[in-house]
Amino acid sequence: MKTLLRQNRLAFLGGCVLLLLVAASLAAPWIVHADPSFMQPRMRLKPPGADFLFGTDALGRDVYARVAYGSRMSLAIGALVVLVTICLGTLTGLAAGASRMLDGILMRIMDGVMAIPGILLAVALVSLVGASLASVVVAISVPEIPRVARLVRSVVLSVREEPYVEAAVGLGVPRYKVVWRHILPNCIAPLIVQASYVFAAAILLEAVLGFLGVGFSPEVPTFGNILAEARPVFQRAPWTTVAPGLLLAATVLAVNVFGDGLRDSLDPKFAGRSHD
Amino acid sequence: MHILRLLLARLAGALPVALVVVTVVFLIVRVTGDPATILAGDMASPEVVASLRAQLGLDQPLAVQYLKWLGDVAQGDLGRSIVSGQPVAALIGERIESTLLLSLSALVFTVLLAVPMGVMAAWRHNTLVDRAVMVFSVIGFSLPSFVVGYLLILGFAMWLGWLPVQGYVSIHDDAWRSIRHLVLPTLTLAIFYMSLIARVTRASVLEVLNEDFVRTARAKGVPPMRILSHHVLRNAAVPIVTVIGIGLAFLISGVVITESVFNLPGVGRLTIDAVLSRDYPVVQGVILFFAFVYIMVNLLIDLLYVLIDPRIRY
Repeated sequence: MKTLLRQNRLAFLGGCVLLLLVAASLAAPWIVHADPSFMQPRMRLKPPGADFLFGTDALGRDVYARVAYGSRMSLAIGALVVLVTICLGTLTGLAAGASRMLDGILMRIMDGVMAIPGILLAVALVSLVGASLASVVVAISVPEIPRVARLVRSVVLSVREEPYVEAAVGLGVPRYKVVWRHILPNCIAPLIVQASYVFAAAILLEAVLGFLGVGFSPEVPTFGNILAEARPVFQRAPWTTVAPGLLLAATVLAVNVFGDGLRDSLDPKFAGRSHD
Repeated sequence: MHILRLLLARLAGALPVALVVVTVVFLIVRVTGDPATILAGDMASPEVVASLRAQLGLDQPLAVQYLKWLGDVAQGDLGRSIVSGQPVAALIGERIESTLLLSLSALVFTVLLAVPMGVMAAWRHNTLVDRAVMVFSVIGFSLPSFVVGYLLILGFAMWLGWLPVQGYVSIHDDAWRSIRHLVLPTLTLAIFYMSLIARVTRASVLEVLNEDFVRTARAKGVPPMRILSHHVLRNAAVPIVTVIGIGLAFLISGVVITESVFNLPGVGRLTIDAVLSRDYPVVQGVILFFAFVYIMVNLLIDLLYVLIDPRIRY
């Protein structure tokens, strides 16, 4: 896999940037000395300079420190959403692909969920349940699940016709075993690619939720919360929006470029032997 | 006759999806919490909550509430706002102008620019043009629309002072000012959609360019523009149109964000205001409205296929 990535320099670069961002966010307590929630009323809305790399926000907090800790939370949310989405989406897709009876019902439900704009669904869910880590993760996952389910279902439908699957079924191998040993391994390559896109979408959606004012507890810095707090002072202190906004964009960009590279190297050549 | 049978078949296919949407929207509110408690607030006494519940019909069994909800929606009755008491449909009607103007201008702008961009990138595959379009596409795909919006405001409204920062002027009041207010929101909304469509256009045109009939056309000396318009685009059109339809979901989500960034009094803004004031009938109504627009547009696109590609039969 490493050599495959090297073939695509851009994707390799994306992966490196992503690794760097993850490492930096994990190491936030060591590389950032300022406290992200420490308020200095006399230092409000200071432009970027030597003391404050990204300036300070309306409460006199260090934007750099907030962004560093914020990316940590946002990346964690992204990872959790990937976990939830891939697990539930794969289960749904496998069930739909394996059973003709369930297929119709499950896929109509997935179509219905997909017809609801993701942001609206997430906003409604979070605001009604109340914002917490769990509700934000669930709200972001729900609109993404149908995409994963459809992907897995399409793989199942094509693999189902393969001679080795028919042979296994003909030999009387139990259905769960066929799914586990023969069908699931074929889903892994497309799922890895999909996971990268879900990760990017989740980070974006968290930021949107925060920005719209329905993200979770404002004292926790996330990309969304930082941007939401910057909103009222945007015209006076654009750096409070621009710095976290660009870093958010860079994170998503790195993930997307990495995902594109993965797709290019996994899709045509790698798809058939992903369980190696 | 053929188109009529197709229409009926597609409608029959869309109905279960619509039913799922209606059910999901019902469940979002009923399962995730008790609307009466949410509405009454944390300080309310149990008696207040109970009377509110009875008043809203929330004390009836869930199945009864669901059937009533289905019946109302089927008749086009989306309920009334708890905050203002106005029918939800009327609230949407009041706000639709700005939303429609914004989404249509973004749609037109996108199709006019993104499709030629994608075609050019594929035609000049692996050249600077292609790279530039792909780079634009990846970046546009990754930039959160509110960040794009703020950067545009910062650049064009605050630094250059060419365009107004925020706000909305009705096209009936003053067409010129209305357009000036619409430029930045349209750009904000279009960039994400453009990257999606440019990317898909490039991919599907590339695929057609490798077909034998394109090589034949080239070999017999058909002018490039004619190859593009008659041979390539006609064959690449179906996936492009499909993505324009599917991308509508992103466009709608983008409308919600863009209207918040630019303070536009549209349906997206209505949604967020309703969410923040816990006005759940409005939230339900608006989600339903957007979902139905999405389903209807994609239904129309299904019908368009037959016109674009005569080979498609159902």
